[in-house]
Amino acid sequence: MNILLEAFAKSFELVFTLNEDLFEILLLSLKVSGISLLLSCLIGLPLGTFLAIKSFWGKDAFLVLFNTMMGLPPVVVGLIVYLLVSRSGPFGWLGILYTPTAMIIAQMILITPIIVSLTSQIIEEISQEYKSLFASLVVPSHKAIIAYLFDARYSILTVVLAGFGRAISEVGAVIIVGGNIDHLTRVMTTTIALETSKGNLSLALALGIILLSIALTTNFILIRLKIRAKRRMYV
Amino acid sequence: MYKSNKKNLMKLTPIEVIDLSVLLGKDLILDKVSCSIKNNSITAVIGPNGAGKSIFLQTINGLTNIDNGKITFNKIYNNDEIRNKQAMVFQTPTLLRRNVKSNMDFVSNVKNKNGKLIIKNILKRVGLEGYDNKPARLLSGGEKQRLSLARALLIEPSVLLLDEPTANLDPFSLKLIEEIILEESKKGATIILTTHDMAQAKRLASDIIFFNKGKILEQTDANAFFRNPLTKEAKKYINGEILL
Repeated sequence: MNILLEAFAKSFELVFTLNEDLFEILLLSLKVSGISLLLSCLIGLPLGTFLAIKSFWGKDAFLVLFNTMMGLPPVVVGLIVYLLVSRSGPFGWLGILYTPTAMIIAQMILITPIIVSLTSQIIEEISQEYKSLFASLVVPSHKAIIAYLFDARYSILTVVLAGFGRAISEVGAVIIVGGNIDHLTRVMTTTIALETSKGNLSLALALGIILLSIALTTNFILIRLKIRAKRRMYV
Repeated sequence: MYKSNKKNLMKLTPIEVIDLSVLLGKDLILDKVSCSIKNNSITAVIGPNGAGKSIFLQTINGLTNIDNGKITFNKIYNNDEIRNKQAMVFQTPTLLRRNVKSNMDFVSNVKNKNGKLIIKNILKRVGLEGYDNKPARLLSGGEKQRLSLARALLIEPSVLLLDEPTANLDPFSLKLIEEIILEESKKGATIILTTHDMAQAKRLASDIIFFNKGKILEQTDANAFFRNPLTKEAKKYINGEILL
């Protein structure tokens, strides 16, 4: 019980004293997760939409693949990215191992399948709902796609935030490709892992509380938005 | 009082349906159906449930594949230009997950129609004035159907297809929709509607097409149909008997 109280006190102390190291770690965490989420959305939203509305040979295989990839073990992803970008790997010449860029790539590989699979399910549902209406109105494909994405915006926001949740809480992959280097690649999760291994449990727990607070805040916003959307029957 | 204002509508009539057959899966829904729909007529398509009325309407609107036969609009096969001048109101309205005005704006945008004023006037016409910001899917059944009709009117269709537009509606919505159907007809639109309401068919229709088991058993003038139906099936249907 003491350790929990100590952790809460520590986390408040870290936040309210505007601890420089903490904010550096926090900002890097948000930056890495934010960029990987943005890039995953840029790939995943159009790809998920494409898979939902187009029929082609092998489509089911793609869907099964992306669904399976949703459960990719982060350490395996970390290892693969490590092998690809390490000095002896095919992309070693890029020199990005142990940089935030490698961490972004690893996180992208982890969250893009989530965005693709869930977007595909959402868009498939709404496109079926609108199918006859749009066919009757002779709606051009590009306008139909914009309408699907716009009208499914609340559901897609859930997907995006699920991706963010996966990214910000991820540790296995980023510790392998980032190396947890102080002032360079140290993020919230890797710091928690490090501090735990050092026996500095109160600091680790304090960071955990801050991480949870971020997750809690995002989910609170999400739930508020969804409740509002449900009241209007927009989902 | 409504003032007749005939518009310069693209001529899509007569609509000729020749030996039309439609299969859904292995089921023959329309079986060598032939009929002609006159310019500026109100044609009521009637018949028991499962007779093929809705599929007939959807096929005219180009929503269902034709397995045999043909449909021509003023001797031209259906194409996107023709379909852009048709509007369909479905029995169960599909409304976008937006508010009333955004539903109208979407159609306006798709059909390159210009004008807030037109939308405002149409919403007023269907009794949805002041509903702009109301989420469309929170409307009552009658209001949803009227919004669906308002979207169709925005297209200024030459051919208006209505699939049981007043089924289960309140008297206010029913009266309003019937008035609008008559007004659109006066403006020059050709209207085809399916209905189970014989009184409505009598009130509105100039022509009747009677369907049973995927076939057209009668196509005739409405007065003649109700006065002296030619087939025993039509007689039974009008008298409210079950058709087997």
